[in-house]
Amino acid sequence: MIEFANFYLIPGILLGSIYALGAIGITLTFGILRFANFAHGESMTLGAYISFTLVQMTGLHPLMVMPISMVLTIVVLLFIDRYFYRPFRKSHAIMLVMASFGMMLMIRSVIQFFWGVQVKTILPGIQMPIVFFDTLRLSPKHIMIIISAIVLMLAVHFLLSRTKIGKAMRAMADSPELARLTGIDTEHVIRTTWVVGGALGVASGVFLAIDTHVETMMGFNLLLPMFASAILGGIGRPYGAMAGGLIIGLTEELSSYPWIGTEPLLNPGYKAGIAFIIMVGMLIWRPTGLFKGKV
Amino acid sequence: MIPVLELQMVEGGYAETQILHGVSIKVNAGEIVVIIGPNGAGKSTAMKSVFGLLNLTKGKVFLDGSDITNLSTEKVVRHGVCYVPQTENIFPSLTVQENLEMGAYVRDDDFQPRLNEMFDLFPPLAEKRKQAAGTLSGGQRQMVAMAKAIMVEPKILMLDEPTAGLSPKFRHEIFDIIKTVHKTGTPILMVEQNAKQALAVADRGYILVDGKNKTEGTGQNLLNDPDVAEMFLGGGVKK
Repeated sequence: MIEFANFYLIPGILLGSIYALGAIGITLTFGILRFANFAHGESMTLGAYISFTLVQMTGLHPLMVMPISMVLTIVVLLFIDRYFYRPFRKSHAIMLVMASFGMMLMIRSVIQFFWGVQVKTILPGIQMPIVFFDTLRLSPKHIMIIISAIVLMLAVHFLLSRTKIGKAMRAMADSPELARLTGIDTEHVIRTTWVVGGALGVASGVFLAIDTHVETMMGFNLLLPMFASAILGGIGRPYGAMAGGLIIGLTEELSSYPWIGTEPLLNPGYKAGIAFIIMVGMLIWRPTGLFKGKV
Repeated sequence: MIPVLELQMVEGGYAETQILHGVSIKVNAGEIVVIIGPNGAGKSTAMKSVFGLLNLTKGKVFLDGSDITNLSTEKVVRHGVCYVPQTENIFPSLTVQENLEMGAYVRDDDFQPRLNEMFDLFPPLAEKRKQAAGTLSGGQRQMVAMAKAIMVEPKILMLDEPTAGLSPKFRHEIFDIIKTVHKTGTPILMVEQNAKQALAVADRGYILVDGKNKTEGTGQNLLNDPDVAEMFLGGGVKK
């Protein structure tokens, strides 16, 4: 039982929180800007690399420098939106999807150009896990990641349900046309979407970097599970993305638990396929997702 | 007297297609004005022309005497023109109260008193203020749509076919809501398919055909006009 918690449940929650944070950005961009942003993974990668450099320069903990890398990444995203996506604002969504695909390749190439392609470690050294109740082992960095993820998700909830701009974001996700007719400053809402999506993307990138390492494909590799989370939760539904992320993270980790007999139920090598299966299944049987999103 | 809203020989349309070929409409303080006409006459387009939603090639739009031609939608709303589209006129996933708060988006002052006024005006909404607007009945959705639109205490409220697709019983309910809103002192300009009922509540009406003014008159006169009756009211009217 304790083995289940230590090696499956906790890693599942950890992975799930990272997916969830990333998926919120994808679902917000889809709901408000109306396109599937393939470059979202790259903002995570960029945030992780900026954090890596800041850690190298200052010697501070990655979480301490994270706010600065959020700001820098958001500046880049707002610049890209202004000069790259904005001219496409009135074109068909597929143009934006293609544009974001191109942007994904460009950002990644720039990262590879400046930082190289070698895998880097952001938090050196091995941390001794803290032991709870004699058997439950939690590494301090995992506790930190899970707590920070919860704090960030609560902040998103507060923003969306209590603030004027957050409600305007939800309104615009419901109907951009009506939002405009209501006098909502839609460009301001779009900028806020990049700020929120970017900040959460950087957080998930940094958390992943702390948990594993920094590499140029890290964001891209998360793209599939993040899209799967967004679709599972219902496209355009931020709370759905949180739930979807947790479910997919947990399912991936729990799939290799020896539920029947002593062998893993699913060879861990196939973990990544779980998100894909869930995504395809949802698209076939329930495309609106758990929280009734857009199709 | 300066009209609240005035369209002067407006011409324009979307991109390449010209829909309006000279439409003139006036709404005075305290009036309900109805635009009727056959399908494709440019009724809804005429209303949208106020909102900077299409390219106006000629003509002017005045609000309280000041020129608002081709201003951006947000600015027109800030100037006090509110519009309820025919469909998609509420934010379904937001609660009733959040819908009204969004209606007040352009207000920088405290809109709480106005919010309470709206709940007094439409008691069913007060009960359901925490409920997602998308879960309400058709009539109550229209209440939300209108209450949301008048949160800014607009100079004029524009309604695009508020009763389209509703059963006669519901239509009655909607016209009651319109009268309720009108009693608060807001002038109303609306496009309506149900010409008979609309003209009955209207002070004045305009008939548009092919993007141009055809006839205008008081609601009663248009109702009794045999030409109008033949075209729009389903046959002759007993004199």
